[in-house]
Amino acid sequence: MTDEHAGRRLMDAGGVASAEMRLVGGIVGKINREERIFLAGIPTRGVALAARVARALRERGIDSGLGTVDISMHRDDLGLREGVSALRGTELPLDLERWTVVLIDDVQHTGRTARAAIEAVLAFGRPRRILYGVLADRGGRELPLCPDATGTVLKVEDHARVRVRLTEVDGDEGIFAS
Amino acid sequence: MKWTRKDLLALSEMSAEEIIFVLDTAAEFKDVGRRRLKKVPSLRGKTLVNLFVEASTRTRTSFELAAVRLSADVVNITAGGSSLSKGESLKDTAKNLEALAADLIVLRHSAAGASRFLAARLGAGVINAGDGSHEHPTQGLLDVFTIRERLGRIEGVKVGIVGDIRFSRVARSDIQALTKLGAEVTLIGPPTLVPREFGRLGVRLTDRFDDVLGELDVVNLLRIQHERQKAGHFPGTGEYASLFGLNASRAARLKQGALVMHPGPIHRGIELDGSVADGPHSVILDQVTNGLAVRMAVLYLCGSVPPKEGE
Repeated sequence: MTDEHAGRRLMDAGGVASAEMRLVGGIVGKINREERIFLAGIPTRGVALAARVARALRERGIDSGLGTVDISMHRDDLGLREGVSALRGTELPLDLERWTVVLIDDVQHTGRTARAAIEAVLAFGRPRRILYGVLADRGGRELPLCPDATGTVLKVEDHARVRVRLTEVDGDEGIFAS
Repeated sequence: MKWTRKDLLALSEMSAEEIIFVLDTAAEFKDVGRRRLKKVPSLRGKTLVNLFVEASTRTRTSFELAAVRLSADVVNITAGGSSLSKGESLKDTAKNLEALAADLIVLRHSAAGASRFLAARLGAGVINAGDGSHEHPTQGLLDVFTIRERLGRIEGVKVGIVGDIRFSRVARSDIQALTKLGAEVTLIGPPTLVPREFGRLGVRLTDRFDDVLGELDVVNLLRIQHERQKAGHFPGTGEYASLFGLNASRAARLKQGALVMHPGPIHRGIELDGSVADGPHSVILDQVTNGLAVRMAVLYLCGSVPPKEGE
């Protein structure tokens, strides 16, 4: 199946499932049993992914908190984009200093989203530490920020636009480039 | 929807959807005020000019704090109404502001339409902080925000606006926001201060406060704008207070859970008794807190829209 809106398919539903498993495995490898884990999804698809990661961790006997980090107020490209989107809200625990926050996003590209997300979390408080997990790393970094856990590494042109589609958000599943 | 306005000039030109978009954005900014760091970097590196050609303390302070919490640099310019009047001199002001490379201008001016005049001539975003008797859009937004937050809805809410409607930009902005969001608005005051033309805005008019008091969900009391009064409109302080003041005995007849609002500054004992202003119905200090959140939202939204080219 090809989706003319999403572009060239790089990965199907099975590929996404494998990437998800590697992402979960990567997170498990980075955390220790004493830590209180809070999964913070970056809207839109990071939120759906964080919920999937939470389920997968529970199956492995690891409980985690689940919330979101809206990076809108911390973006560095305000005034460069046409139109301003609605804010999605940030949900983090009040006793943040007792938690390890794992930021979850669908694609890492320039690193600017990760920077904004880190800053947004620090505006709330001082977590024990922050980890960063992505389903797909497409390269093209503009800041020196790398994920702690990666589902898959994509080889795409610098100018390509990579889109992850998830059933909860898009109705189907896959990774596409256009 | 996406927000695309660089200016906030009047609620009369905004859709219900846009108004709700601002309210939802403001709710997020109210959360920011509860955080460890009450500041976000959204407007870092941008310059905001608070241009108050007409005196104001609370609105200017609220805008200033809102801008600071968004990390903007703020310059305050205040000028007496006599030196800067409409027309050419405002145009000169505009040129000066452009020369300062201001990104956002918050304008309070005694002339209706002053902010529109500036907005049409500047690439910078212009926020109307009150233009004569025309509009005070952020006050209208913070009033509906407060009602929505307290009562959970706007639609079908019965709101009475009491007092000096004729000269009130707050009343005009409130009427716009409330009617667009489906509230039932009643304007209450002496006929000299509640002109019949307001009936065209889809609101009810009455000069009998006591007849409608018991059915209102919200009573919004306005300050008598002595500075805008011409002789003959105002019946005299004592008579006004006895007919339209919200005193303790009137407050006792309010619905349970009804809200008492006032844009400030309050004339205690005239439009509102001190005991009512400080009493259980009063949400006046909520309005102040919410005003900050609403102004942060407006500055964030208008400040995030790319400036117009070639102005």
